[in-house]
Amino acid sequence: MGILEVKNVNKRFGGLQALGDVNLSVAENSVHAIIGPNGAGKSTLLNCLVGKLIPDTGSVMFDGQSVLGRTPYEINQMGISRVFQTPEIFGDLTVMENMLIPCFARRDGSFKLNAIRSVEGQADIHDKAEAMLVDMNMADKRHMHAASMSRGDKRRLEIGMCLAQEPRLLLLDEPTAGMARADTNNTIDLLKQIKEERNITIVIIEHDMHVVFSLAQRITVLAQGSPLVEDTPDKIKGHPKVREAYLGESTPA
Amino acid sequence: MLGIKGKDLTLLCVVAVLALCAPFILNPFPQSSAMAQFNAGYPDLMQRFVIFGIFAVGFNILFGLTGYLSFGHAAFLGVGSYSAVWMFKLLSMNVIPAIILSVIVAGLFALVIGFVSLRRSGIYFSILTLAFAQMSFNLAYSVLTPITNGETGLQLSLDDPRIFGTSVSDTGGIPVTSLFGMEMRETSTLSLGDWSFQFSNGYYLCAVLLLVSFYISIRIFRSPFGLMLRAVKSNQTRLNYTGLNTRPYTLAAFVISGMYAGLAGGLLASMDPLAGAERMQWTASGEVVLMTILGGAGTLIGPVLGAGFIKYFENIFSKINDNVLHQWFGGLPEGLENAVVWFTEHFVGSGWNLTLGLLFMLVVTFLPGGLVEGGTRIGRLIRGKSKRAEKKAAQSKPAE
Repeated sequence: MGILEVKNVNKRFGGLQALGDVNLSVAENSVHAIIGPNGAGKSTLLNCLVGKLIPDTGSVMFDGQSVLGRTPYEINQMGISRVFQTPEIFGDLTVMENMLIPCFARRDGSFKLNAIRSVEGQADIHDKAEAMLVDMNMADKRHMHAASMSRGDKRRLEIGMCLAQEPRLLLLDEPTAGMARADTNNTIDLLKQIKEERNITIVIIEHDMHVVFSLAQRITVLAQGSPLVEDTPDKIKGHPKVREAYLGESTPA
Repeated sequence: MLGIKGKDLTLLCVVAVLALCAPFILNPFPQSSAMAQFNAGYPDLMQRFVIFGIFAVGFNILFGLTGYLSFGHAAFLGVGSYSAVWMFKLLSMNVIPAIILSVIVAGLFALVIGFVSLRRSGIYFSILTLAFAQMSFNLAYSVLTPITNGETGLQLSLDDPRIFGTSVSDTGGIPVTSLFGMEMRETSTLSLGDWSFQFSNGYYLCAVLLLVSFYISIRIFRSPFGLMLRAVKSNQTRLNYTGLNTRPYTLAAFVISGMYAGLAGGLLASMDPLAGAERMQWTASGEVVLMTILGGAGTLIGPVLGAGFIKYFENIFSKINDNVLHQWFGGLPEGLENAVVWFTEHFVGSGWNLTLGLLFMLVVTFLPGGLVEGGTRIGRLIRGKSKRAEKKAAQSKPAE
């Protein structure tokens, strides 16, 4: 049994069947990619995993516990972190402050009236945030306003913030969307490095096949809200149904 | 020192010096000079500076950090005042229990209003708080007359059943508020030549409480809690997906700033033991918003500056009338004098709001960061000039 088990999930928006009987099992410490053409239901599925949407029927189990009916912050505290398609960071704060917040969230839980001791006075949190900035290769940017950084740096910061929470499952929603080739390659290297260094399960939604095939150990292909095939990257590449539904049409040769 | 350091400590010291020396600083003009009307160093006005400073510092914890714009903060000020006056009526004329009760009651009140209002954000939150404040105002004005004494306002009377203390003072009047026997209205005057400086017990109590409030606000700004509040303002989505629940954070900020407002209300009543419903009106709520934005929302010192600025205008500009203007422009030819006076009188006296409005527009347009940003820019200009001069000097040397 995998760390993430999605069973018979259905989600309907008015007349549109966004997800139809989706089953998904993600093995612990693997990289699992979900691909599919636009409108296939990838993002809807992701939103069902993090509590933004509640499926009409079916179940979503994380590590043996249901996530359904829980709010996003509760699900996050269970150990699921999410990276967004457009980087969601605290733009008004400095890079260091951005990194401190998940460290506090990890230590203090979803709410603590921690108004007496100063941020500077808490060496454990500071060291952890500093170490994560060094890991992300951003230590020299620590005093920069997060909003003023490049897209690639924002993405890197967001991934670092998610990792600072020591999640067991990291969800990535098109982490390289809108990035230049060099930034994309950097992100791939970063994700590979994360995979090697940490005990973490990664679920990645991606359009860029280069990214998918360099990272994923298993791939699920969604089409029109239902899983078409699930297999290893090598088999997916040569699968006739997949070629027909997706690869042949939308990847540039 | 005190768990804060660097710039924050300097800032606290500056505020401490300003607050404690205010009777001198605000009285720069000799008594007999024509400029004496610009002196603000009398106890009544200084108390207002400081009390509204506390009010604005508290408001800034909510608005400056989380970005939630409450348009109903005067309700907490009013509730604080009513609680304090009731304490004077029933318990004793000592200000300590009155102030403590006003802070607690305002905090509870804020908890209820915040719990409901914080279900929404942005403009809906502002409107909800405004609605609650107007509701409180109307309740105080008419419905709850037995508690608030309606439009007359709650006052002390000669038959108050005071448990600790007497209903009537030795001289047959209503007893005055005091701090363990130190009367709040007691003022000693120091005359130095043509200057006279007034030191009032009440003012110094307010000043000490302002320092305590300011200190607590610094601690909150620099704490993880303050960081979370700034994160709420910046990106609530990321905060939620970082495992943090925004509701209790914003509610805590709302209650804390409500308690600051309650403290300010309690102090107002301690200086002058009466409380009226007009203290809760929306104009009073708007005033604290103006103070905070004018001074610089989200900065530590801004609200204090803004409060001082607005209260100074309200009290000094509104006192200037026709006669004063004619005196000022007496040297001009008569036709011109009348024209200038006619023009100027719209901006002073009861027209001081017009001046304030113009100033507010100028500040918001050209200094979005408020007076604090103005100060920083001037500082940068001076430093930039001296740096440029240094550079010039450095450049000219090798050339020689």
